[in-house]
Amino acid sequence: MNALKFSLIAIGVGLLVLAFAHWLGLDYFYFAGYTILQFIVLATAWNILGGYCGYVNFGSAAFFALGAYSSVFMHKIFPVPVPVLILIGAVVSGAVGFGMGYLTLRLRGAFFAIATLALAVVLQTLVVNWDFVGGSRGAYIIRPETLEFAGLEINYIEYLFVLMLILAVTALATARTIERSQLGFGFATIRDDEMAAEASGVPTLRLKLIATTLSGAFMGMAGAPFPYYIGYLQPSSTFGLEYAVNSIAMPLIGGTTSWIGPLVGTILLGSLQQIATVTISSAVNLLIVGILLVAFVIIAPNGLVGLVQEHWRRRGP
Amino acid sequence: MSALLHVDNISKRFGGFVALDGIDLEVQPGERLGLIGPNGSGKSTLVNCICGTLRNETGTVNFDGQVIDGLAAHQRTHRGLARSFQLPRPFHSMNLADNLRIPLLYTVHARLGPLRSAGDLDSRCHELLDMVGLAKKAKQMPRDLTQVEMRKLELARAMAAEPKLLIADESMAGLSHSEIDDILALLVKLNERGITVILIEHIMSAVMSFSQRLAVLVSGRKIADGKPEDVVRDEQVVRAYLGQ
Repeated sequence: MNALKFSLIAIGVGLLVLAFAHWLGLDYFYFAGYTILQFIVLATAWNILGGYCGYVNFGSAAFFALGAYSSVFMHKIFPVPVPVLILIGAVVSGAVGFGMGYLTLRLRGAFFAIATLALAVVLQTLVVNWDFVGGSRGAYIIRPETLEFAGLEINYIEYLFVLMLILAVTALATARTIERSQLGFGFATIRDDEMAAEASGVPTLRLKLIATTLSGAFMGMAGAPFPYYIGYLQPSSTFGLEYAVNSIAMPLIGGTTSWIGPLVGTILLGSLQQIATVTISSAVNLLIVGILLVAFVIIAPNGLVGLVQEHWRRRGP
Repeated sequence: MSALLHVDNISKRFGGFVALDGIDLEVQPGERLGLIGPNGSGKSTLVNCICGTLRNETGTVNFDGQVIDGLAAHQRTHRGLARSFQLPRPFHSMNLADNLRIPLLYTVHARLGPLRSAGDLDSRCHELLDMVGLAKKAKQMPRDLTQVEMRKLELARAMAAEPKLLIADESMAGLSHSEIDDILALLVKLNERGITVILIEHIMSAVMSFSQRLAVLVSGRKIADGKPEDVVRDEQVVRAYLGQ
């Protein structure tokens, strides 16, 4: 299946989801769906660096928050439509991703993970002390009820849902294209053995920078519409553990070696969290992530996708 | 004839330990050079300096008429310098064919322009695996291989980059006699195709039968360089090896 065909199918599935949501006509579905879609983008972005290259990023929340706060910044100085904000978020977080990749290029394994965590702390401190974007008080963005588009009145939350749906499809198509390209093979050699990769002619530094930039950019894009979705942006929750942990746990539970892993993991974990939020309490979310993560590390270290692949390999010749 | 590889006065320290101390080495095109020395004499450090994995503090490395100091390891590979590792380092998440695909995609593409199609890539991978006798295992993973097969994969991957110079770093350590003969025959075959080979080895019988010239490193210095039969009779070399 080539990239074009896959994109068409992905868009088709996206339209089906949208049609279903529209038919349901429930605002809550858009709210819950938006969160899951947002995590699909975050998990896929994390997986480009963490799964394909083997560099574990604990700072996902920082990249996400950068996207969100660049939207707040733009909202204050020069309001532009959300799709433009998404592009701005991509540029800002992509640039920071590039910088992080460049500064940490000699770090591997746990040291790289610690550096990303440190980056998140530094950025959070900056935002907390930056009054213009709300500082520690947080920032309010009043979401319009509806959006006028080509003479149509569109429910604003539905509009955000559609944007995130487009982003999720784009992220998945990008990840899948990378996986089957020369770039994907290069990423895998970095994960396996960097020294052998260099000896085979793979420019590991350049590929790492591509991965950190791309991964950062997608996380920023996921964060850009967030202030409009949430209405009130606060540093402690935007930089919160939930984003960092979820964007690691979702690919790990689904499987990190292919694009479908983060998708499966997010749908499973994201839905569980949404159900728990409604039926029990939103505080249970992190507990669910923790328990599932421990269970999967023990039972299926290669995630659900790895489990299925292993099953097929055993059944096959 | 100008040398293919010219190493001039290379030194390398690790803290207070002098690993290489002013090494000079020349390798002519098409030559088979043996490089020997006791453990810790600096053989692998020298290879790492030549290939760009480590940076030498003094001296220059000249390859194929150009100074390559300061180039990253992958750039040196692109210029035609390939190596195999002492301990095999396969890409363990890929099958054997894909292991060879990497140098084809990244080195051969960069140097000679893209191969025409995916079919070309596949047939080239197969050809290389066939050369080392692993064609039947193309779809298997590196973890399924025996030790000698792993060494062969390592050599095949180095060969996939279509090098001018191949540095085989102890590719026979821990193998049986017949397996050593296998690898030796393979290296001679490569040399006959016009590839210059530097063989780093402990096993003297293998080095003696393979090398046209022999260089000896001891404690980071080159103490002998010449015809193998002369070098092994050299007093300094005998002392270094037998501890007289």
